[in-house]
Amino acid sequence: MEPREITVDKTMSAETTPGGSEGSLVPNKKRGQRALRSLKRFGRYTAVRIITLFCTVVVGIYLAILVANMGGFVDKILEGQIIEQVGGEIMANDQLRQLSFEERESWRDARVATLMAMRGLDRPFIIRSFEHLKNAITLNLGRATFIASDSGSKEVKRIILERLPITMVLFTTGSVVVFIIALFGALVLSRRYGSAVDRIVVALAPTSTAPAWFYGLFLILIFAFIFKVLPSGGMLGNSIPETPLAYALTVMKHMILPLAAWVISRVFLAIYTWRTFFLIHSSEDYVELAKAKGLRNRALERRYILRPTLPAVITAFTFILITSWQGAIVTETVFKWPGLGQLYFRAVGAFDTPVIVGTIVIFAYLLAITVFCLDIVYALIDPRVKLGKEGSQ
Amino acid sequence: MGRIKNFFATLKRYPTSIVSLVIITVLVVISAATLISIPYGEARELWKTSSQAWEDWPKYAAPAWTNLFRSAENKLPETIIVETNGVEPILVEPVGNSGAARTTIELPFDYPYNIHPSEIGLTFETVSGEQPIATVTWITPDGREFEIYDSVLKKRRHAVSKDRALTRMLGAQPIYGLFADPEDPVEILKPGTEATPFQGTYTLRVEALNFTEESKVDVKLVVYGRVAGLAGTDHYRRNLLVGLLWGTPVALMFGILAAVGSTTLTFLIAAVGVWFGGWVDALIQRIVEVNSMLPVLPILIMLGIFYTPSIMLTLGAVILLNIFSLAVKTNRAIFLQVKNSPYIEAARAYGASGTRIVFRYMIPKVAPILIPAFVTLTPGYVFLEAALAFLGVGDISLPTWGKILNNAQTEGALLRGQFYWVLEPAFMLLLTTLAFAMLGFALDRIFNPRLRGI
Repeated sequence: MEPREITVDKTMSAETTPGGSEGSLVPNKKRGQRALRSLKRFGRYTAVRIITLFCTVVVGIYLAILVANMGGFVDKILEGQIIEQVGGEIMANDQLRQLSFEERESWRDARVATLMAMRGLDRPFIIRSFEHLKNAITLNLGRATFIASDSGSKEVKRIILERLPITMVLFTTGSVVVFIIALFGALVLSRRYGSAVDRIVVALAPTSTAPAWFYGLFLILIFAFIFKVLPSGGMLGNSIPETPLAYALTVMKHMILPLAAWVISRVFLAIYTWRTFFLIHSSEDYVELAKAKGLRNRALERRYILRPTLPAVITAFTFILITSWQGAIVTETVFKWPGLGQLYFRAVGAFDTPVIVGTIVIFAYLLAITVFCLDIVYALIDPRVKLGKEGSQ
Repeated sequence: MGRIKNFFATLKRYPTSIVSLVIITVLVVISAATLISIPYGEARELWKTSSQAWEDWPKYAAPAWTNLFRSAENKLPETIIVETNGVEPILVEPVGNSGAARTTIELPFDYPYNIHPSEIGLTFETVSGEQPIATVTWITPDGREFEIYDSVLKKRRHAVSKDRALTRMLGAQPIYGLFADPEDPVEILKPGTEATPFQGTYTLRVEALNFTEESKVDVKLVVYGRVAGLAGTDHYRRNLLVGLLWGTPVALMFGILAAVGSTTLTFLIAAVGVWFGGWVDALIQRIVEVNSMLPVLPILIMLGIFYTPSIMLTLGAVILLNIFSLAVKTNRAIFLQVKNSPYIEAARAYGASGTRIVFRYMIPKVAPILIPAFVTLTPGYVFLEAALAFLGVGDISLPTWGKILNNAQTEGALLRGQFYWVLEPAFMLLLTTLAFAMLGFALDRIFNPRLRGI
């Protein structure tokens, strides 16, 4: 950005100097005003984006709450479980069993009502759904119905925070590896367009339609069961290593296969897409001109190809990252990786609505924050993204 | 016609697309043949865990053709079935004069394998209401005799290999004890030693005591092998071939319907939004943004577990969640370009209605870009269905590839070395999705001139 601004300044001062001392002040003032205006615009743009994203998150979370509660059906399941539990209490308690039928029934009803009120099930679902929404948005995720964290806590926030890093370690690493290989691979291939390597990568691109869990099956079969060199799943093995170094090494050993599956399932398509993208861009007139000027390859790539394609590359990377956090359920199941995906799957199986909603809320927030950052980065790096009226559309 | 011919001429320039077209055609033919030969109801019956159709099939059997790759000593046994039905009795003697009779039948069979069978079972078919007595004797090639059954016939099936009394008598599990080598019988007692079965012609002597003239016993001996069928079997003895065959139409139908449904609807929505503009367009854009916040797979898992998971419900949900995908924005950009083109202006000038312009002029102009999308999106949906089935939240009644993988995973197939169980459905998935993906890549280049030559 900076070099261009300097040149602009030079031309402006060159224009203004003949006008005398008074004249030189006016454009300065104008420039200040312009900067202020664009700052204002930027502020307005940011505010509008924050508000729209927030509304989107709210609506998205509300929909997720409706689905997660099956429009109130989960309440009925919980009610059934409470009635069953109270029945069990009566059967287990000799004193209660000796009561007359009416007394026992009234005790049962009172107990069920207490337990229902304790869980907040005595009010209509619609009202409760909005309370859920308020709690979800304020990240007041409440307590899990059945699932507990490894440390024994029933707080949804703790349960999720325990699992989130485990998922992120694997899939963020995976995404970064894919990103780096794809970016450099694409640059190299676009330089060697038509070579044998290029043809091979193009031919391999369709293999990326298969997801990571699918490649995982093959990798486990080959490396864990035929060659028996790597663990077939889990994160720590049978015993928890004592020293931090041993811990890190064990985790890394268990990470090799899932990471490999993740990279294999994405990397060829990513290289292919970006290589094509770079190739299309390198046939633009301004690149031809730069080539004609005799610019070196490296400078050409950096300034004339990478720079204009950067926004698209960053978007692609961010979406790889986001999908990696949520698309990991099956991969985690295949590799028995104890992350958020497995937690979510367990929560759904146990009808543990608070954990389900909590996971989706965390995802939604992560997504919204990423999209917001992306918007800001866009506005900063891409001079073509105009701020203000056109930009917010 | 000329256009279609032209299209195929262009397609010919991409050899992979021809290969993938051939694969897709074969898959479609397999689907049609499967749907005709094993109708839906029958497939559901066959795939039920309680299905009786597979009772003569071994559990966890590898495909029969795998024996072709094994040396003569290592060939896995095939299932041997002998039955008394239709065999002339060697002896019929009346007992008393109330019509009771003792029938003796001998059933010889060869056991030429170096590896023990997986199970041994007896099945008795009797006339209903009658309870004859049967004595079944196992005679080894060297003449030793073991009584493996001697009782009133009450149950239809008797699992010889699980018979505790027989195990005690033989000093080893019946699958080893009944095939023990007389020269080397000790080996079978030591666990972990590799005993080889005694080869030769075994005989099963069946003596049946029928109390009335109508009474009749049919005895069937099944010496379960370790290979079966073209595709092997699973833990419920089901022939995996049925699942693999039925998985084809399910996968194709799900993938293609989801791809076509979501692409077309997305397309229509983008067209309507662009044409009407204003609040309609704004609303569609907002819905797309909300929709992009909803994680698809987690919601599908939730639906699958909370509601009855039927494949139609899943298909509907998948399409619904993908209608307002980010593709709406891409399509919108294309339509915006078309909307401002001169021929639309001309249509407006002569007073064509909004619907007419959208459906007669704008959509046909842009429709060709849909065709590659149909093909390229299909494999993703095929894998989505497989992923749901693999997690165990798919349709319960239908055999699908994902479900076979799920069974293999939960039964620890890899741990037991039953690689065929994982590799077969995986191969089918790979074949189907790769065919569509390769065709999609070729179509993309044909319909998207910017990519041509790159």
